[in-house]
Amino acid sequence: MSAQLATARERLLAGGRARTLGGFGIAAVLLFGVAPAALSDFRLNLLAKFLCLAMVAVGIGLAWGRGGMLTLGQGVYFGLGGYLMAMHLKLADAGPGGVPDFMLLYGDGTVPGWWEPFRSPVVTILAIVVVPVLVATGLGWAVFSRRVRGAYFAILSQALAAAFAILLIGQQKVTGGTNGLNGFRSFFGFDLADPVNKRMLFFIAAGTLLVMVAVVRRLMVSRFGELLVAVRDQENRVRFLGYDPAKVKVVAYAVAAAFAGIGGALFVPIVGIISPADVGVVPSIAFLVGVAIGGRATLLGPVLGAIAVSWAQTSLSESFPSMWIYFQGALFILVVAFLPGGLASLGAVWRRRRAGAEESGPATPPEPTPPDPTPPDDAVPAAPGDATTAPATSDSSAATAGRLP
Amino acid sequence: MDALFSQLFAGLSLGSVLLLAALGLALTFGQMGVINMAHGELMMAGAYTAYVVQGVVGDAGVSLLVSLVIGFLVGGLIGLLLEVTLLSRMHRRPLDTLLVTWGVALVLQQLARDVFGAPNVDVRAPQWLSGAVQVFGIGMPKTRLFILLVAIVCVTALALVLRLTPLGRQIRATVQNRDLAETTGISTRATDRLTFFIGSGVAGVAGVTLTLLGSIGPTLGTAYIVDAFLVVVAGGIGQLKGTVIAAFALGLLQASIEYSTTTSIAKVLVFVAIVAFLQARPQGLVAMRTRSLA
Amino acid sequence: MTRPRPRALALPAVALTVVLAVSGCGSRTDSAADPAAASASGGASCVDTSGDTVKIGFLNSLSGTMAISEQTVRDALDLAAEEINADGGVLGKQLEVIGEDGASEPTVFAEKAEKLIASDCVAAVFGGWTSSSRKAMLPVFEAKDSLLFYPVQYEGLESSPNIFYTGATTNQQIVPGMDYLKEQGKTKVFLVGSDYVFPRTANKIINAYAEANGIEIVGEEYAPLGHTDFSTIVNKLKGSGADAVFNTLNGDSNVAFFKEYKNAGLGKDALPVVSVSIAEEEVGGIGVENIEGQLTAWNYYQTVESAENTTFVKAFKAAYGEDRVTSDPMEAAYTSLHLWKLMVEKAESFDVAAIQEAADGVTFDAPEGTVTVNGENHHIAKTALIGKIGADGLIHTEWASDGAIEPDPFLKGYDWAEGLS
Repeated sequence: MSAQLATARERLLAGGRARTLGGFGIAAVLLFGVAPAALSDFRLNLLAKFLCLAMVAVGIGLAWGRGGMLTLGQGVYFGLGGYLMAMHLKLADAGPGGVPDFMLLYGDGTVPGWWEPFRSPVVTILAIVVVPVLVATGLGWAVFSRRVRGAYFAILSQALAAAFAILLIGQQKVTGGTNGLNGFRSFFGFDLADPVNKRMLFFIAAGTLLVMVAVVRRLMVSRFGELLVAVRDQENRVRFLGYDPAKVKVVAYAVAAAFAGIGGALFVPIVGIISPADVGVVPSIAFLVGVAIGGRATLLGPVLGAIAVSWAQTSLSESFPSMWIYFQGALFILVVAFLPGGLASLGAVWRRRRAGAEESGPATPPEPTPPDPTPPDDAVPAAPGDATTAPATSDSSAATAGRLP
Repeated sequence: MDALFSQLFAGLSLGSVLLLAALGLALTFGQMGVINMAHGELMMAGAYTAYVVQGVVGDAGVSLLVSLVIGFLVGGLIGLLLEVTLLSRMHRRPLDTLLVTWGVALVLQQLARDVFGAPNVDVRAPQWLSGAVQVFGIGMPKTRLFILLVAIVCVTALALVLRLTPLGRQIRATVQNRDLAETTGISTRATDRLTFFIGSGVAGVAGVTLTLLGSIGPTLGTAYIVDAFLVVVAGGIGQLKGTVIAAFALGLLQASIEYSTTTSIAKVLVFVAIVAFLQARPQGLVAMRTRSLA
Repeated sequence: MTRPRPRALALPAVALTVVLAVSGCGSRTDSAADPAAASASGGASCVDTSGDTVKIGFLNSLSGTMAISEQTVRDALDLAAEEINADGGVLGKQLEVIGEDGASEPTVFAEKAEKLIASDCVAAVFGGWTSSSRKAMLPVFEAKDSLLFYPVQYEGLESSPNIFYTGATTNQQIVPGMDYLKEQGKTKVFLVGSDYVFPRTANKIINAYAEANGIEIVGEEYAPLGHTDFSTIVNKLKGSGADAVFNTLNGDSNVAFFKEYKNAGLGKDALPVVSVSIAEEEVGGIGVENIEGQLTAWNYYQTVESAENTTFVKAFKAAYGEDRVTSDPMEAAYTSLHLWKLMVEKAESFDVAAIQEAADGVTFDAPEGTVTVNGENHHIAKTALIGKIGADGLIHTEWASDGAIEPDPFLKGYDWAEGLS
């Protein structure tokens, strides 16, 4: 790496750090101060639910926006985390040695052996992180080391989500089938019907989300983050430099899975239910909508996008269920087709149009030119026969390269 | 023994349905790298075409045959519109085409709901397709034989077009090396459009034939899209042979597992089998030899 | 090479948020540390009955896969609300309806139920269709101590003080369906259903019934929801030697099943199918030619002959079009609103506890016949009707139970059902 690039980075980071710290401060004030004061208990709980969905979005932003892995199966990890948490809550409600109510109704009235460990809160909390990470690592390693990528990976992950949902539905005796798991009374000893505890859950969700954003920022600006972007844009060149792209991808994918798992686990006490309808193909794609609209390769774009889309869905679908689908579809189509950087890149695109020849103004950090600036979406040649290096389109390069913190 | 033959036929029949659903997809995905999530909705458009045509023509037999042609055109034109307005701008961004077409699928479904109403509509099967043919002591429903026939005709026609016509040569050249094809004077844009028209048209045909088997409603396509993609991926892209083999293999696999276990388990196992298979052969069954670094 | 490292940034951020998170809750949680201090805390009702109107909530899926069915329920509810308002309202107050979309997702049902109760302060909520939507809403209604009227036949084994079930429970639909098959001398029954809670529970009950009544269950198959290829299941059916089929398939799968059934050369005379999820609206989508002469088990058909039903069908067609049909869930929804009105009038209050108190014995001359609320399990007594699908696309009563059947969601009154719940 050239010395020139290093200084560019330094300047960038200096500016970026102040901005990021400021951003964190604002987010913290909004989440911990303004929101609880301004919102009713019901709306606050709704926001907490959106925060859980935003956690999944943060992970997708890392894996897809930064790593180029379009994962259409995050519902699997969301579901793993959610079901693990739900199992514990069901067992805790049933009391020591007790049997969850739905098993008495639909099963044979005994708790299967693999449920037993989740009576322990410690095992459950560990499993919520470890299980998705293990599954993602195993699957990711198998897939990425065989250089399955791009569309193939997307379709495989989608099939996985479909299979997971069918499996959950088919095993009604131990998973509750289509009903899923619901009717939780307490959360680690705290009564879930008490608004004060619901409020506590909101704070936990908000804190967790902020930590996740911090972790992702940390990863983005690290050497790993650079490698990840390099793998996205030119996997083979990274391989020729002596790195193993599969390892880099697996790490990002596993982090995304862990975030989705935690999001799912917190979703359960906040919403009070997890069912196969939350983990299948459609919700898995829905996770992407907010990320794409917000700005996939940015730090906060996925978070804000996910929250905004969920909020719009809740409030618009109330009055115009049919119009909402047109609106959502149209917005999604327009953003992905014409503004691949998401709404977060609107400013950059606008400034660029405005400034014309005059290069980036003070607000736009200088671009740390990667060896080969290609837009994020070109990580995959269209087909095995198509090995061309794609020219950068102005929209997407503005969206991604200009967005490095 | 009867059960064995019955299941063999069930598997072949399911394979032919999968093949029809996947054929157009294999073409557009192979040719342009476009992952068309709205492919299922093109099938839905074909199915509704059959419904509308039957309303106009009346006679179930005539309307089915007429629908096959009009379904092809309707599917093809919607596909063409999609290609010209959106996908042509996204040639180098295959993953984004997946998302865009998913958005299109959402909108098309809602459109169908608003135009035709949410409840399913009914398309009557012609009299000459009712009942079953007895072969080897087992009954083969005539509708399923008809679909098998349509699938064979579609594949043969497509294979002939690809092999014998100038358009076929252009398509194959573009699949193998887009830039080189462009250099030799092939208009890859025009080729893309025609390919997309044909691929989408086949989806329309598939939709028409599906009216013989299942429900005709706004969500018709969603039932097939994941399976169709798996067929394409497992078959390997760029050649029809792989898609054909993969479709029938998956059909037979699903039918045989389903017979000895349950339908849900069979679906899960088939998915797992495909993931495992792609571990062994990431390029699918029939890989095209290229010099590119995969 | 020197690498500038943004090291300390994340750490203070983490520390900050953790501190904030802990301080945000630590001081408050002990106030409710006792899980036994259950629902009382969330129960403070905000229902406002001081004005000329009272709010009620309709919660049905208007989008998503269930919209097809639930839209019809919403239409019936709207009709009932208009009738009641035109008739002077409830306790002199006009009904103010707040409609919500459940979007076919259980989590949305739970969320919207909470919104209706806590934000809109409705006196009662009417709606829900799938078991999963009801199960998702149940804890909300119990925690907030509000009322839900659920209008669809379901799998039983449930009884919440906060829910009134105006559709059939198993002993008013499944059991009479089997009674009918037994009367017809059927001894080998094949079960086919969608893979979800209702069919699996129904089939568990049917298995117990069959064992006690000398009927053999020769096959039990489940297809994933939305499954469209029934060739294998029909092959199994053909090879099973069954003389009747009990069908709990849901939605689109019925279309594929009946087309396959017909194409395979099976017929209603040799192998009749009793369906419990096919009502008048579904017949058109399956195609009358594919299903004519097959049987259904419900508590209401559009063809039921009574003055109340004539009025209901006429009013419905006048409001929504001559081509519309009425079905059992619609009728149950329509009835549910009228039952709530009668309960409120008997209690002379919109208060939940007062309504629960007054509910027992409330009767209504519904389109299906006279129904009576059972105050103990919150279901209603209704007559079971086996119907035959006619060439006109309507369902005609073939067999009726001996008067209204008392609801028995846990099948306590049936010896063979011991150990099921």
